[in-house]
Formats: sequence, structure tokens, C-alpha cells
Amino acid sequence: MAMEVTQVLLNAQSVDSTVRKHAEESLRQFQEQNLSVFLLSLSGELAGEDKPVDSRKLAGLILKNALDAKEQHRKYELVQRWLALDVGVKTQIKTCLLQILSSPVPDARSTASQVIAKIAAIELPQKQWPELIGSLLSNIHQVPAHVKQATLETLGYLCEEVSPDVVDQDQVNKILTAVIQGMSGNEGNNDVRLAATRALYNALGFAQANFSNDMERDYIMRVVCEATLSPDVKIRQAAFECLVSISSTYYEKLAPYIQDIFNITAKAVREDEEPVALQAIELWSSICDEEIDILEEYGGDFTADSDVPCYYFIKQALPALVPMLLETLLKQEEDQDLDEGAWNLAMAGGTCLGLVARTVGDDIVPLVMPFIEENITKSEWRQREAATYAFGSILEGPSPDKLTSIVNVALNFMLTALTNDPNSHVKDTTAWTLGRIFEFLHGSTVETPIITPANCPQIIRVLLQSMNDAPNVAEKACGALYFLAQGYEDIGSASPITPYFQEIVKSLLSVTDREDAGESRLRTAAYETLNEVVRCSTDETAAMVLQLVPIIMTKLHQTLEAEKLSSDEREKQNELQGLLCGCLQVITQKLGASEPTQYAFMQFADQIMNLFLRVFACRSATVHEEAMLAIGAVAHATGPDFAKYMPELYKYLEMGLQNFEEYQVCAVTVGVVGDICRALEDTVLPYCDGIMTQLLKDLSSNQLHRSVKPPIFSCFGDIALAIGENFEKYLMYAMPMLQSAAELSAHTSGADDEMIEYTNLLRNGILEAYSGIFQGFKNSPKTQLLIPYAPHILQFLDSIYMEKDMDDVVMKTAIGVLGDLADTLGSNAGSLIQLSLSCKEFLNECLSSDDHLIKESAEWAKMAISRAISV
Amino acid sequence: MAPHDLRRPFKRPAISDQQRRRDLSLLRQKQNRLDAQRRARCLASSVLSFQSEPKSPSQEQSHFELELELEIEPDAEEHQGPATTYDVRQASKLRGTEARRWFAKQLMLPEWMIDVPPNLNTDWYVFARPAGKRCFVVSSNGTTVSRLRNGILLHRFPSALPNGARINNVSRSGQSYCILDCIFHEPDQTYYVIDMVCWAGFSLYECTAEFRFFWLNSKLVEVGACDTPSTFHKYRFATVPVYNCDQEGLQTAYIGPVPYVKDGLLFYNKHAHYQTGNTPLALVWKDENCSEYVIDTDSKGQVPNQQQLVLELQDDGRLATSDDPSVIFGWLNEDFIQKTGLHAGNLLRFAVNDGGLSFVDGKLEKADLQYLGQSNRARAFADSYSKVMFQYIVRHSPLKIEHLFASIGPLGDGDIASHDVEMAA
Repeated sequence: MAMEVTQVLLNAQSVDSTVRKHAEESLRQFQEQNLSVFLLSLSGELAGEDKPVDSRKLAGLILKNALDAKEQHRKYELVQRWLALDVGVKTQIKTCLLQILSSPVPDARSTASQVIAKIAAIELPQKQWPELIGSLLSNIHQVPAHVKQATLETLGYLCEEVSPDVVDQDQVNKILTAVIQGMSGNEGNNDVRLAATRALYNALGFAQANFSNDMERDYIMRVVCEATLSPDVKIRQAAFECLVSISSTYYEKLAPYIQDIFNITAKAVREDEEPVALQAIELWSSICDEEIDILEEYGGDFTADSDVPCYYFIKQALPALVPMLLETLLKQEEDQDLDEGAWNLAMAGGTCLGLVARTVGDDIVPLVMPFIEENITKSEWRQREAATYAFGSILEGPSPDKLTSIVNVALNFMLTALTNDPNSHVKDTTAWTLGRIFEFLHGSTVETPIITPANCPQIIRVLLQSMNDAPNVAEKACGALYFLAQGYEDIGSASPITPYFQEIVKSLLSVTDREDAGESRLRTAAYETLNEVVRCSTDETAAMVLQLVPIIMTKLHQTLEAEKLSSDEREKQNELQGLLCGCLQVITQKLGASEPTQYAFMQFADQIMNLFLRVFACRSATVHEEAMLAIGAVAHATGPDFAKYMPELYKYLEMGLQNFEEYQVCAVTVGVVGDICRALEDTVLPYCDGIMTQLLKDLSSNQLHRSVKPPIFSCFGDIALAIGENFEKYLMYAMPMLQSAAELSAHTSGADDEMIEYTNLLRNGILEAYSGIFQGFKNSPKTQLLIPYAPHILQFLDSIYMEKDMDDVVMKTAIGVLGDLADTLGSNAGSLIQLSLSCKEFLNECLSSDDHLIKESAEWAKMAISRAISV
Repeated sequence: MAPHDLRRPFKRPAISDQQRRRDLSLLRQKQNRLDAQRRARCLASSVLSFQSEPKSPSQEQSHFELELELEIEPDAEEHQGPATTYDVRQASKLRGTEARRWFAKQLMLPEWMIDVPPNLNTDWYVFARPAGKRCFVVSSNGTTVSRLRNGILLHRFPSALPNGARINNVSRSGQSYCILDCIFHEPDQTYYVIDMVCWAGFSLYECTAEFRFFWLNSKLVEVGACDTPSTFHKYRFATVPVYNCDQEGLQTAYIGPVPYVKDGLLFYNKHAHYQTGNTPLALVWKDENCSEYVIDTDSKGQVPNQQQLVLELQDDGRLATSDDPSVIFGWLNEDFIQKTGLHAGNLLRFAVNDGGLSFVDGKLEKADLQYLGQSNRARAFADSYSKVMFQYIVRHSPLKIEHLFASIGPLGDGDIASHDVEMAA
């Protein structure tokens, strides 16, 4: 049998697909017949020093996959399966794996490390395998270096897999001691040092207590810094990775080391090999990330509580940091713009410079301007590009006051460069920089406009001209046009874009038809820009937007004509359908927003819906989502007439609601159900049984992404409001679900910010459901059906009020529910309401709110309550 | 453990257009949901219905001319033929008889005080009624319309009321409208608001007077309706000082100075809802000190020698007041009806003869009436019983201010709890 396994494992890697499939099938059968024996033989195979390396590796891999999966549901099943296995079998496998760490074959050791970590991830939280860490640590003192290396690697994987709270501090201390010793200069073997350094990267999350101890922290930092000077490049890179992680995880502990860190990184950026230099730049980028977050939390209000104070490391390092980053900008690679996966020193340096600008604001400008002025006119393209890139990078962060005069001077230069510079790389960066100017310094919030009636025509002309440039340049020009249009979003009828609307649309459409539009994301960029131009268009150009409908429809129709596509072609077709559906959605939403255009749009509704239904029939997740989004916009625009599409559309709605895996699709479909309810009102009734069933299933599923659940609750409200008292038959299902969700979301004690945010989303969904249900039943003879639920709902309102952590949105919805309850139940609930806390303190708090939406809802509630209790 | 990927987004906007499409859709859906919710909250509670008379085809036709979207609901409970329900905003567009009939039914009409209600000092408010035309003021769709008690249009004008003028109201929901119960006071061209029925789309019909007055006082000033007239606010609105009906309050209302000409006192029960038609929970009282029009005058402005009253002729010839249920003052015989060509529904004017009105156990037993003719066409209703009675006792043994003070009790007594609700604006 053992021999057989080896052969099957080798066959499973055969180039011959028939052999391979047969082998895979045998393995599957073996696993199903007897899991224990299967796993035992795999561990035996991995341990077999006489076996071929390939079969050993695959055995280990299959073993690993039998313990873990990416998908949460599957992962849970695998964990339960392992825990249920016979203890003797598990012990045998684990003993075997630990022995493999001494194997002379590196691949076997490494594979075993990973499997051990997977088992640890399952067993340690269950308080099983308590001797694991002890026995690993005893290996550290063994003489053969390869055993030490494998053990450190195992510890590294273990720290990656296991949550810090299941390992007690005593063991953490021992692990860290072993790892740091392995990293230190005393360790003569580079493989051991590398394994230790990489292990530390994962173990950092365990070192909270140790980083709070000055001596221990000093020691760890010293060893890490020393490792950045190792003669082995891999060790230096791994050590910098540790530093990057430390700089974000332990930002508040960095102060004593920041000078050393700067020296080390500056040397690495200037002298070391690229992988190391990139890590060194990344370190400063992540310090920027930290400080941007902290300063954002301060929000300009320095009395606000922030867990971590800002140490202004970037501001202090600025005079040395900026020149270092500027140097990197000159190290561009030829054609980096054409390579999607490119990441080099110049790119990392410019990105970091942009983050530095966001961190320090105005202070960066005088440090960068001389570099720009010196290089922007040089004959060497690298210098012109670097100067432009530097300029583009610092446009976000500094105040418009600081930048406006500079940008006014630069704008003409940029427009000329975009037209005339001989180098495509320079043009690419120039177009990108123009986009950044429009993104950050143009719009209704900017006091001194950069774009004036005088220069606007020229800007548009240059951008449109660049649409014919190389794909990467044209793509950036589209991006610039996107932000140019966006800046005029709320200017009203006077938009300077209006006279050029037709020309812009024509240019963008011809870009989408370019042979090479598939390169550099060009086609996508052109459609996205078209979308934004449409979104920001004014009434004057409404007729032209309407004319776009048949054009885009024709394009969508063409994608449906293609037959017998290769999988590559099919993917491209799907992508294009996504773009076209997205564009139609934007147009529909635009036209649906005002009555005359909405009316004019109706002539196309039948054809558009027909196309969307055909797109659904092609089936692909992203298209599905875009078409679904677009259908929501159509439902809104057509109103009650939408009913005629329901018979055909219904099955796709159901499919969308069942799509757990691509939760965005599910979420979008839930939103569209809401649109349809508002459009059809009670004529949606025949479809409600199916829709409600699906929504209830979604809520009960633990596979569905949690972000979809709040909108599902809101959707209950939409349905109830649409069908009124007909919602009666769903009450017995919906109410208990709402009630248990309400109980879960009532209290947030101990939750982190993210959890509180989610809880508030959930509360809002629940409350919107209640609102819709109460309003739906208003003036119905069946109102009394809701009375039994009133005490719980009032209690829910009271408890979220007491919890004091609801956001404004929840506050508004909650006080509205109080009003809806009073309005619908009237005197039936009068005394109940008077007993609740919500009708007094909470209501008063809302009445005196600065938020007018809260105030409006509160006034409504006050009136409804006064009616309910005065009867 | 390979090195970790450290690439960051390069030359890319932070947010994808796809995400923007999702976000904007969500935003639109959120707004739509908000609108739907607001509609549900505002509308249903302020739909007022009235029983329309069987209409001739030509009248039906006229509805289309009015461009109304009438919501015709079968009346499930009573089989009296179709009842027509108008949204107030739609009703505000009504014209002619329809409008008259509709508006005439929407006002709360105080009864005349013929005896003092119990608990006057604890359960009632008092205020001096401004002299002038009682009217409904409706603001909606960017305009404001005032209509008299009989439905006749008084003014159409821009005002600072919510949705009362076409300025800066772009974002305001079309559902937003107001209905105010006012008296238009000619001398200072001011609408004195005596009650609030709907505010910014919210119905106050079923709120207590206490709450309505509170709301009225806080909201009216807030929107600037009490400001001096301007281009977009043609007439000034004003509140009237309302007092608890204790010694002090009654005294102030009775003799205290007000910026308008007084026409009697109005008494509102604090706990009463806004009830359309005649109600005993709002009362009017007058004497010569606080009103120029205590005793009814005829069309020439002269006080007639005999008290006059208007009654409605019913199918069976009986003569009824406008009360519900009506009070019967007598009947006309069939011969007389045929001879004079009168028919049911006519409003007829009578004089009270020397025989006067006689009562048994507080109930009208006999009335000595003399037929004078049909009443003025502009009248919508017969007199109410309390009106007739008030006019009768004014001529014989008036209910005097002393009686009112006496019913409250001595000054400072029993008003311990009532100082806190000073409603004066």
C-alpha cells in the first residue's frame, strides 16, 4: 500500500492529464474511504526518507489542505473533522511530523513546518497539544543547524497561524528568546539567521508585553537593526520587513530608535540592492500611514481622544527624508508604465513622497520646489519625468493657498509638455499630474479657481488631443478629464464643460473603439470618464445624454452577437459588457433624476431591459452585478410600468439573492429589490413570497458576507411599505429575526471601532425594517397584529439610547421608529410609550440636535406621540 | 516564508468608478427610501375626507378640469354612496362650490358660550379674538392661498411658510405644506394665526390644543413668517397671546392691550383635538367691552328690533340648526313650502317674535318664529343652536364677565399650577 501511495502521488503530478486525473480520483476515493488511514499514510509518505522529494512534498501539501481552507464555511468543516479524529491517529501523525523537522531534505522539513502550524492553529485554541511549543524549543538547542532552521521556521508559521491569545506569556517569552538568539550575530549559520528573522516577522504580534518592557524592546530592536546590516541580502530584506511591521505595530515605541532607523534606511535606499531599498522606503511609507491615521483622528481638534499620540517623526525627518526620496525619482525604468506589475525605486519613492506630503502638508512644498525647478526643463527625460512626478506627488496634502500660485504657473507648462514632450513617459506623468491638479485643486470647494473660462477651452483641447496618444498616455488623459468634469459637479447650468460636451463624448467613444484600447486599461478609463461626464452634465446637454442611450445599447447588443468565443475572448466580452451596463446605469440614473428626461428615457426602457436580460443569460459575476445595478436605475425611472419586466426578471433576482460567494452581487440585488418595491408598490405582491423566502435564507446563512445583512433588513421595510398589511403573513418570520438581531446589536461593550460601525449599520437596517412595517400597516384594520411587538421594540430603542454609541444615522432612524410606532398603534401603545425612556430623554436629545434630519424625525415623533397619548 | 508584497497603488485614484457606481446607487436608494418614508409619514395622516353629494355628470367632468388626481375610495363602513377623499394639497387647488364646501367643513367652529363650562380655570385657554375674517391659510407647491370660511378665495401670495413661496425651496419635498387657522385683520394687513392644523407636512389634527399652541408658537417664528413683509413674504403672520383661563389670564385677555382690534374672547379646551365643524370644546363669548359686534346686525349694519336666525329646511319640512345632531326649531307645512317654491336644503331667515323661546328642563320647547325669506346666497350654513341661544340671552339676560370670573374663583386661588404655561409669543 505504501508503495502505491508514492506512485499515485507522483502520478498526480504527471504531465499526462489522463494519468493525473486518474491519480487525483484515487486520492479522493482513498480519502473518502478512510480518512484516518489516508492522513496517516500521507504523513508517513512525507516522513519517508527513502521516498522521492516530489511525492513527499505533495503528500504534505494534501495533508495541509485537509486541515484548512480559504472559504470560512469549508474551513470550519475541516477543523471539526480533524477534532473528531481518533486521538491515537492524531498523536501518531503529529509525532511523525515533528520528527521530519530533523530530515536532511529541506523541502520535507519546510512542508512539515507548515502542516504542524496548521494543526497547531486547530488544537491550541482547544487547549490540545500543550507540549508542542516545549518540544519545538528543545530542538533549538540541538546541534545540527538544519534542525534549528526548520524549528525556527515552524515557530514562524505557528505565529502566523495561531492567535496570540492562545499562547501564554511564558511561552511567548521563550519563543521570542529563541527567535532573537537565532537572529543575533552570534549565530554563525545564515540559514538559521534568515529563518529566525522571518519567524520574528510573524512573532511580532505576540510581543506586546515585550515591547512594553524597555530592556527587552531595546534588545529586540538592536538585534533587528544589526540584521539589516547582515552580509546576506535575504537577511537584510527580512530584517527590514520586521522594521516595517514594527513601525506600524509599535509606532508609539519608535521614538528612541528613529534616528538610527533613519540612518539605516537612508543607507539602504542609496546603496543597497533594490529589494532591500524598497523595504527601506516602505518603512517610511508605513510611518506616514500611521501618522495620517492619527492626525485624521485628531481631526484638527487636539483635545479629541486618540489612543496614540502623534510623534511627528515625518515632520522631524523631513529635511533629510525628502532629498532621499527625490533621488529615487531619477531611478526610473524604461517603459515602466507599460508593465502592470512594475514596482521599482522611483515608483516607491514617489508614492512615499505623496504620503509625506499628506502627512506634513505645506512644509513639503519649499523642499520639493527647487528639485522641480532644476529638473523640469532638462534635456534628459529622466529629469523631466522625475520633476513632474515630484510635483504630481505633492498635490494632495498642502493647502490650496500654498499650491495655487505654483499650479497657476505650472499649468501652461504641463499643457505644453503633454502636447510636445518627445518622451511618452514624461507625457504619461504629465497627464497624471494634470489629473491630480484637477482632483485636488479644482471644484466648488476651492476658493481660487485654477480653471477659468479663459484656460478651460485649451485644457479640454489638449486633453482630447492626448486621447490619440499612446494608450498609457491616453488613459491618464481620460483620468484628468474625469476629475475636470467632477470639479463641475455642482456648478449648475454654467458648467464650462457644456459647450464641449458633444466633442468630449465623441472623443471618448472613439477611444473606446481604438484597436489598442485593451492596453493600459484605456477602454475602462474612457468609459469611466464618459460616466463622470454624464453624471456631471447639466440640463442643457440632457438631449445629448439621451442620444447616448441608443449608441451604448448598440454596443451592448454587439457583444451579445459574438459566438463561439475562447475563454480569453469570453472574459473580454464580459468585461466590456460590464463597462457598457455600467455606462447605461449611469445614464439611466441621470435621466431618471428629473421628470422631463425620465419621460424621454421611457422610450428606450423595453429595449434596455431586453438587453440586460440577455446579458444575464451570458452569466458572469461582474456583468451580472453591473446589469443588476442598471436595472435598479431603470426601475426607479419607469415606476409602476416596471411591472411588465417582472415575469422575466424574477428568476435573475432570485439568482442574485442566492449568490453568497460574490456578496457584492447579492448586496446589489437586495438594493434593486428595494427599488422595485418603491416602483411597483403593491403590484410587487405576487413576487414577495419568493423574495422574502430568499431574504430570510440569506439572513440565516453563515456563508453570506455580514455586510449584506443590514441592507436585507432595510429591504424588509421597503417590502412592507410597498405591500402594506399584506406583509402580515411574513410577520411571523421577519419579526423574530429582527428581534434576535436587535438583541445582538443592542450592546456593543468591548467592541472595537469597526465592530461598532457594523453594529450601527445593523441597527439602522433593523430600524428601517420596523419603520417600513409600521408605516405599511398604518390605517389598516390589522394594526393590532403589531401590538405584541411594541414592548420589545421600545426596549430596543431604550437600550441603544442607553448604550450611547449610536451614530447620527441610527439616531435619526431610531427616533423615527418611535414616531412610526406611535403613529400606527396610536392609543394602543400610548401608555407603553410613556413608560419608555426613549419618549423622554432620547426624544429631547434628538429635538435639540444640530442635525436637521434628526430634528425633523424627532419633531415627527413628538407629534405622533402627542396624538397617541392624548386620545 | 517568502518576502511580502509591498506594492502600493501607482498613479491610480483611490476609488474605482465601479465602486462609485455602487456608492451612488446606494445613495439614490437611500434618498428614495427616505422620500417614501416621509411620504408615508406625512400623507396618510392628513388626508381629509368629505362626503360629497351625488354629482351630475357635468360636475364629474369639472374634476378633470381641475387637474386633480382624486383618490376615490369605496366607503366600506357606510353605504351612503361614494366618499371623496382629498389630500389637502389637492384640495387647495379646488375651485368654486367644491372648494367652498370643502373648506367650509374643515374649520373648527367654536360654539357660543351660553353657560360656563366646569374647570374653566384648569382645563381651558383664553385669548382675545382678533376682529376680522376667519380663514384657512394653505401653503403648498411654492404658493400660499387663504380662503374664507365659506371657501371663497381671499388672497394668493408668496409667504415664508414652508413651501409657501418659490424661493430656495428647490430641495424641499413637494409633500411639505401647511394649513393654518387664521383671522385676517384688515387694519394691519396681518394674518393672526389662532390654530395650526398642518405644519411642514405633519398633521396636527389629532394633537391636543396644548400641543398645537406650543408648536404654533415655536414654529411660526422659526421660519420667519412673523417677519415684516418682503417680496417673497407678502403678508405678516402673527401669533395671539394665549393664557391659562385663571383670574389673571382672563383679566389680561379681557382688558389687556393687544395690537389688534378685539372681537370677543375665545376659550379652547386644552385637551381637545382639532375637530372640524361645531365643537363645544372651543367657545366664543362677547360683550360690549371686548367686541363691537355683540348683537347680530342685518345686511345694512343695523341691529334689528327682533333677533333674527337662519335655519335649514329639511325634507320633512322641519327647520334645523347646523348642529350635528341638529336642533329643531319648528316646521313649515307642505302647502307653504309648495306655495313659496322652497325645497330641502334651503337656508331660511326667521325673526323671533314676542313669544320668544321657551324652555323646559333646559331644552327648547317652543319658538315663536316669523318667516322672513331665504338667506343670503353666500351663507353656507344655518345658525348653530348655541349662536341662536347666545343672541337670545344677550338680548334678555346676558352671560356677563362677572359670571366668568365668579366661576373661576377669587384671584390667586386654584391657579398654583398654571403659571408655567404662558403661551404668549
